Amino acid sequence: MWFKKRKGIQRPATGMKIEMPDGMWLKCPGCGELVYRREVQDNLKVCPKCNYHFKLTAPERCHLIFDNGEYTEVDTELYPTDPLKFVDSKKYRDRLKEHQAKTNMADAVLNARGKIGGWSVMVSVMDFRFMGGSMGSVVGEKVTRAFERAGKENIPMITIASTGGARMQEGMLSLMQMAKTSQAAARFGLTGNLFVSVLADPSTAGVMASFAMLGDIIVAEPKALVGFAGPRVIKETIGEELPEGFQSAEFVQEHGFIDIVVERKHLKQVLGDLLTFFAPDKSTAPDETAQEAASTAQEAHVTTKADD
Amino acid sequence: MPREILDFERPIIELEEAIAELKQAGDPQYRDRIQAYHKKLKRLYTETFSNLSAWQRTRLARHKDRPYTLDYISQITSKFVELHGDRYFRDDPAVVAGLAVFRGRKVVIVGQQKGRDVNERIFRNFGMSNPEGYRKALRAMKLAEKFKKPVVCFVDTPAAYPGIGAEERGQAEAIARNLYEMSILKTPILVVVTGEGGSGGALGIGVGDRILMQENAIYSVIPPEGCAAILFRDGKRGPEAAEALKITSVELKRLGIIDEIVKEPVGGAHRDPALAASILADSIQSSLDEICGLGLDELLDRRFKKFRAMGCFVERKHKKKKSSPKTVR
Ligand SMILES: [Zn+2]
Repeated sequence: MWFKKRKGIQRPATGMKIEMPDGMWLKCPGCGELVYRREVQDNLKVCPKCNYHFKLTAPERCHLIFDNGEYTEVDTELYPTDPLKFVDSKKYRDRLKEHQAKTNMADAVLNARGKIGGWSVMVSVMDFRFMGGSMGSVVGEKVTRAFERAGKENIPMITIASTGGARMQEGMLSLMQMAKTSQAAARFGLTGNLFVSVLADPSTAGVMASFAMLGDIIVAEPKALVGFAGPRVIKETIGEELPEGFQSAEFVQEHGFIDIVVERKHLKQVLGDLLTFFAPDKSTAPDETAQEAASTAQEAHVTTKADD
Repeated sequence: MPREILDFERPIIELEEAIAELKQAGDPQYRDRIQAYHKKLKRLYTETFSNLSAWQRTRLARHKDRPYTLDYISQITSKFVELHGDRYFRDDPAVVAGLAVFRGRKVVIVGQQKGRDVNERIFRNFGMSNPEGYRKALRAMKLAEKFKKPVVCFVDTPAAYPGIGAEERGQAEAIARNLYEMSILKTPILVVVTGEGGSGGALGIGVGDRILMQENAIYSVIPPEGCAAILFRDGKRGPEAAEALKITSVELKRLGIIDEIVKEPVGGAHRDPALAASILADSIQSSLDEICGLGLDELLDRRFKKFRAMGCFVERKHKKKKSSPKTVR
């Protein structure tokens, strides 16, 4: 095994702001227990009692995985529009404005360039706060541009999914983003560069049935909901209760569709190790951090399912 | 006998039956009445079918008498040899794949298949494919690629099957893999949406060089009822959702999702399946003529650009500048 063993818990990079609902105590959706808010924050938003991984915002994830929490956001000029003039209980236009104000993002994905373990990478990170991380035209275009940029620059690509699927309010234009991003992944694949897909809770539907399932390596956070159809739809269709743990990352791994289930505190390290392993043999690690990671990689042993 | 008569079809069918009865009576005194009925019938047809709502088209697309993939295959091809199985798990009856000769041209056909009577509907799982269906489809397409035959895909499914086994066997992966492979498959792909284009389940065999859509077919990111249940919190508001989602052939042509609308007989394909098939065959032939005439590089480049351009967004160079909407395609 070439994973470097981590000692202790990785702290968020300095300056990382983790958003948590107000109040001293939180009710953990994982174990239902009241947990001290501060303790969860200091633990990368992971429940100290049951290891439940709370959702991270896109900027939080970037801080978590990039070296020193440093990255450059790209493709910031892309904004959603309302091609269908869609109105449900609200106008889509108004819904977009609300979510933009709430999240300070233009849409549900953040494209970033930076270094992980010393290696330059392109990353597309989805943010569940923005309309459930749904994929509309902007998400599709940004993920596509990230693949294209990574291909052009000959660097690896990482996507981090946290999504309920397609953006209904953009109708078929949103469905077509599945074809567009899968095509981008296919073309990127032809460049011979590495694509790692990370699945965070939840990763379902349109995004799962496109680029997120197309990684050379597929990584997931523990207990993340991973699947195509949502559990409620399946339950209604078959008229039966679903088995315990159905559609958890661990379940999906057992069935052969996820390579590694990684705790949040190890994610950066695992990504760095993957980048190192898949780098062309003759290329040297671009800086000392990576060289160190590469040299210790041989002696390392981490079984990624173990709770250490 | 029709298996289903929709509310807006009923007056027409009753009038047609009345005419048939009068004709059968053969009494010359009915001649004027028959003539008047014919006039009325023509008017009724125009009133009913010249301005169908999205919901009415949804119901036509799901009509129990609508021709299905195998109906079209038997009407428009000769020497169809069906291929079975994905070579991994099992044969999925919700997807048919096979080798056919279409107007003298060898083609590989892939299509979703619904059942006609109760038993067949269950056997075909209501046209809802499991992962092995998508994998069977891909196997057939790779075969087409290897032997340089064009692929014709018939899309008609409510959805990819949402079941426990489907999830266990990687429904998401199966669809994603097809999108990936179809986008770079080195042979022409023609897609025809003939009935229900149900979301990712439909798209799983829906990436191609040219996308045809029958006039009354629908193609939607989510079933209208599902959308209504989520966004309007009322599954009965499907008709509204159908309108809002822009799922008809006319809307999708306008949005650049499909390339061509294929006419149906007045009243829908089920009213005259033979005519529907022959109109469809003409469109398939001219489309195949076009895409099979392209060189491989041009074919793949055009396919790439087609899907690369899908989407609608704005680009703001500076945040404060006024933006102008950019619709691609
Ligand atoms: Zn907990």
